[in-house]
Amino acid sequence: MTTKQHIPLSGKLHEWITTVDHKKLGIMYILCGIFYLLIAGCEALMMRWQLAIPNNDILAPETFNAFFTMHGTTMIFLVGMPILLGAANYFVPLMIGARDMAFPRLNAFGFWLFFFGALLLYFSFLGGQGLTGEEGAPDNGWFAYAPLTSKTFSPGSATDYWIIALFVSGMGSIMTAINLVTTILTMRCKGMTMMKMPIFAWMMLVDAGLILIALPTLAAIQIMLLLDRQYGAHFFDAQAGADPVIWQHLFWFFGHPEVYILILPAFAFISEVTPVFSRKVLFGYPLMVVATVSIGFIALGVWAHHMFTTGLSPAVLSYFAGATFLIGVPTGMKIFNWIATLWGGQIRYETPMLFAIGFIAMFTIGGLTGIMLAVVPMDWQLSDTYFVVGHFHFVLFGGLLFAIFSGFYYWFPKVTGKLLNETIGKWQFWLLFVGFVLTFGPMHFSGFEGMPRRIYTFMPNRGLEMYNMLSSIGAGVQAIGFVLFVYNIIHSLLKGKPAGDDPWDAWTLEWSTTSPPPPWNYAKTPVVASRRPLWDLKHPGDPDWEYE
Amino acid sequence: MLDPVSPVSTTIRDLFMLVFGVIGIIFVVTEGALVWSMIRFRSKGNETTEPPQIYGSNPIELAWTVIPILIVLVLFLVTTRTIYSLDLQEPPEGALRVKATGHQWWWEFEYEDLGITTAGELHVPKGVPVFVELRSFDVIHSFWVPRLAGKIDAIPNRENHLWFQADKVGTWYGQCAEFCGTQHAKMLIRVISEDEDDFDSWVANQQLDAVEIPEALSGKDTFLSLACVNCHNIDGVMLQGGFAPNLTHLMSRETIASGAAENTPENLKKWLRDPNSIKDGCLMPNMMLSEEQIDLLVGYLTTLK
Amino acid sequence: MSKRSQTNPIPKMLPPGHVGMMSVITTEIFFFASLIVVYLAYIGKSISGPTPEEILSLDLVSINTIALLTSSATVVLALKALQRNNIARFLKWMLATALLGAWFLVGTAIEWAGLIGNDHFTLQTNLFGTTFYTLVGFHAFHVTFGVCVLSFIWFCGLMGWIQEKHHQNIEYVSWYWHFVDTVWVAVFLVVYVIGR
Repeated sequence: MTTKQHIPLSGKLHEWITTVDHKKLGIMYILCGIFYLLIAGCEALMMRWQLAIPNNDILAPETFNAFFTMHGTTMIFLVGMPILLGAANYFVPLMIGARDMAFPRLNAFGFWLFFFGALLLYFSFLGGQGLTGEEGAPDNGWFAYAPLTSKTFSPGSATDYWIIALFVSGMGSIMTAINLVTTILTMRCKGMTMMKMPIFAWMMLVDAGLILIALPTLAAIQIMLLLDRQYGAHFFDAQAGADPVIWQHLFWFFGHPEVYILILPAFAFISEVTPVFSRKVLFGYPLMVVATVSIGFIALGVWAHHMFTTGLSPAVLSYFAGATFLIGVPTGMKIFNWIATLWGGQIRYETPMLFAIGFIAMFTIGGLTGIMLAVVPMDWQLSDTYFVVGHFHFVLFGGLLFAIFSGFYYWFPKVTGKLLNETIGKWQFWLLFVGFVLTFGPMHFSGFEGMPRRIYTFMPNRGLEMYNMLSSIGAGVQAIGFVLFVYNIIHSLLKGKPAGDDPWDAWTLEWSTTSPPPPWNYAKTPVVASRRPLWDLKHPGDPDWEYE
Repeated sequence: MLDPVSPVSTTIRDLFMLVFGVIGIIFVVTEGALVWSMIRFRSKGNETTEPPQIYGSNPIELAWTVIPILIVLVLFLVTTRTIYSLDLQEPPEGALRVKATGHQWWWEFEYEDLGITTAGELHVPKGVPVFVELRSFDVIHSFWVPRLAGKIDAIPNRENHLWFQADKVGTWYGQCAEFCGTQHAKMLIRVISEDEDDFDSWVANQQLDAVEIPEALSGKDTFLSLACVNCHNIDGVMLQGGFAPNLTHLMSRETIASGAAENTPENLKKWLRDPNSIKDGCLMPNMMLSEEQIDLLVGYLTTLK
Repeated sequence: MSKRSQTNPIPKMLPPGHVGMMSVITTEIFFFASLIVVYLAYIGKSISGPTPEEILSLDLVSINTIALLTSSATVVLALKALQRNNIARFLKWMLATALLGAWFLVGTAIEWAGLIGNDHFTLQTNLFGTTFYTLVGFHAFHVTFGVCVLSFIWFCGLMGWIQEKHHQNIEYVSWYWHFVDTVWVAVFLVVYVIGR
């Protein structure tokens, strides 16, 4: 029995600030992500309060515009990316039997770039007044279209904050991606060929590949915009003959892969949770791999479906519609694979599974509304309306966020050694589910009725009142769910039941080590023969490798 | 969008019905399978062995790859056909041509063939195709009147267009649909479609120079003496503006400030006292007018029928 | 499904450094691709100001190009020498590489001094100016970074700190250097050949 050494707080702080351990970095990423999730949630609450009734005056137009910009920017770059890359950081080495990532110091550097980039973005609320006293936080939408973001139309510093903060944290994401690709391709344990690694690792590999391709494009156009704004360049200056649509082409060349960068880790979480809680192997692993890689490739070729209203030629429109429809095929394959995994199983409805099923149900809807938007003439009506806001919240909230909660409840015991409280978890799920549907379901209808997005108020007597009121009520319901989530974390850290190594009776390598894992992960590098090493150990008479 | 009054929006609505049908079937099948498996395969809590482990099934996986590909093919063909059928590069025979220019945060409409310039409200004759050339004065805007057509962006340095045909008499609401700054929310559009006679008389009135009434002379002088003339044009009176809405026939409009408020004398006074009270952040500065000047000006403006 | 037998093959994997450097190069490819795409899109679109035909001359740039491409050859020779543990020869070729890179930079600086000083052609002049200085400038920035790293390695060699076992890592640096040269070939073609 070792006696616990008393380490002073300053020592612990020093340990965490200087760490290069993938697990500690993963935890820090996720904690930051949760912190910004709460902030972005408050921004959303304020917007829904403003939009509960027409011609409301809770928020001034500029404030509302800053809130929707910051809400979107925060959710994507400061919540989605860190939580997903943090989870990848923590679990990829464990799942492939490695001791750490390939480049631990690069890992730490990437985290701190993200950390300070995020602070810079939020500093804009205080410091963005600039010399002209204009603007504070970025307020031109998270996609910052030119020419609205040129110096002429955005004279303050708000857009400069957007550029620099995201450039810096984007560098951090690229570094993590380099680490992930290298680790997955070069540090697998004995027996773990590419087709024997957990599906989680495949999804993260494709994800990291997309980051390597998409983020540099964003960096390039951010530099161009900064040069325009501060050094008199003309990249997006219509007066000098430039084409503002070029911003859109390049931004969406980044932006569309970005949404797949966000959702692939969600697919990873669901693909790990669903089998364990239906007590069945993941159905169709080889085609899941093919589907994942296909999604990665096709994702690079659909960007202009965000630009159907910019006056593109019919041939170009048709191509992008077709490519977008096509990406529905591998995505559908995955959904069917998950349902087939459930089929014939013994489904346990603990919280991770509730969120996973919620994911499958909601993401399917979001995917289908996406197909509707790909029908170009329909997009001419529905683009830039609340229908789109409904669509992307179904895939990003009902999809990504539910998957994050699923993964969180699943892996929290491994990371902390304590189980999260099931009762609170179920309350959280139902409150979030009901609130989510209440908020984002009606948006599809207000889009049909003519409500564009990014408006700080809407006109009365256009048939929009009921939908907006329902959305705002839903936001209140969700808020309680989020509060319960935070409460559950704190409560369980203090008083949670000890989890043990393998509370869910799962099958991948991370469950073979202690909860939390020792700093070196594995005293002896594991040797595997199948995709579910622990199934083989638990069922020596009927191991997986006889069937794979 | 589901209550179209134009062949364009009707085509889109019909396409929607077909697509919704296809999507609906996929939805029912997928969510149905999900819900069924959730209920049927729920653990009873007392199982002692794991269920049969199914690793995959080539025929099933082939089926759910091929069938979606076929659905995608159908959707692609239908979509492409509709895109081409709605595509119109040149105005059709007998079409009315209008140039719509987006400004921060109002719409300017010029009927160049007819010599008319107006703002915020677009009058069109019923049953005649209208070809709208879309331009932007500053940032990207988007022209959208859902019951008439889909939206197309107005982009600086680019010549976009859309077309529609109002098959009924009425007033159709729309608004800018591409975030363009502070008052994007109140950059509204009204399209008023009228019988041919009514439209012709509207045109005839719009083509006249501004009404001159002796009683409003001091108001007109006030207007000419202030900086209003640097932005606002009044045909036959002063034409050195162009940056702001043309006021020649202001009183022929139902609303002011591109739809932000009803066109009443009270609202006109409110606007002149401080434009930000109606459209916070708009580009018209507060001219710091006295109440007397405001009364005179409104007295003049209300004569501009 | 017929039952398979247990296998635990050691998966065939590349060294981490290989994958790491290839990942870095991938990101750089897409960064430069974005700049090149914008350059191509704006060829001939400047409303006013000088055109490439008017002010770009091939003389100086061709010499710079030869220098840079030669440096790719010299770095290969340096690595070959290191592999045979011939430190002296390694240092000679490393220095040559760094100097050739520096020559490229000096040549670029001279070209720009002429464009800015004589022709008053800057980033602000027109679309051509904006895209030209950004694309060529960011490439030059990457060359500068490369020259610094190469010089540092040469200096370490001079101090006696480099041995044959460092060959692999220095090879990764050479890959970066070859990449920078390849980008220059693309930039040269786009700016000085296609664009003129």
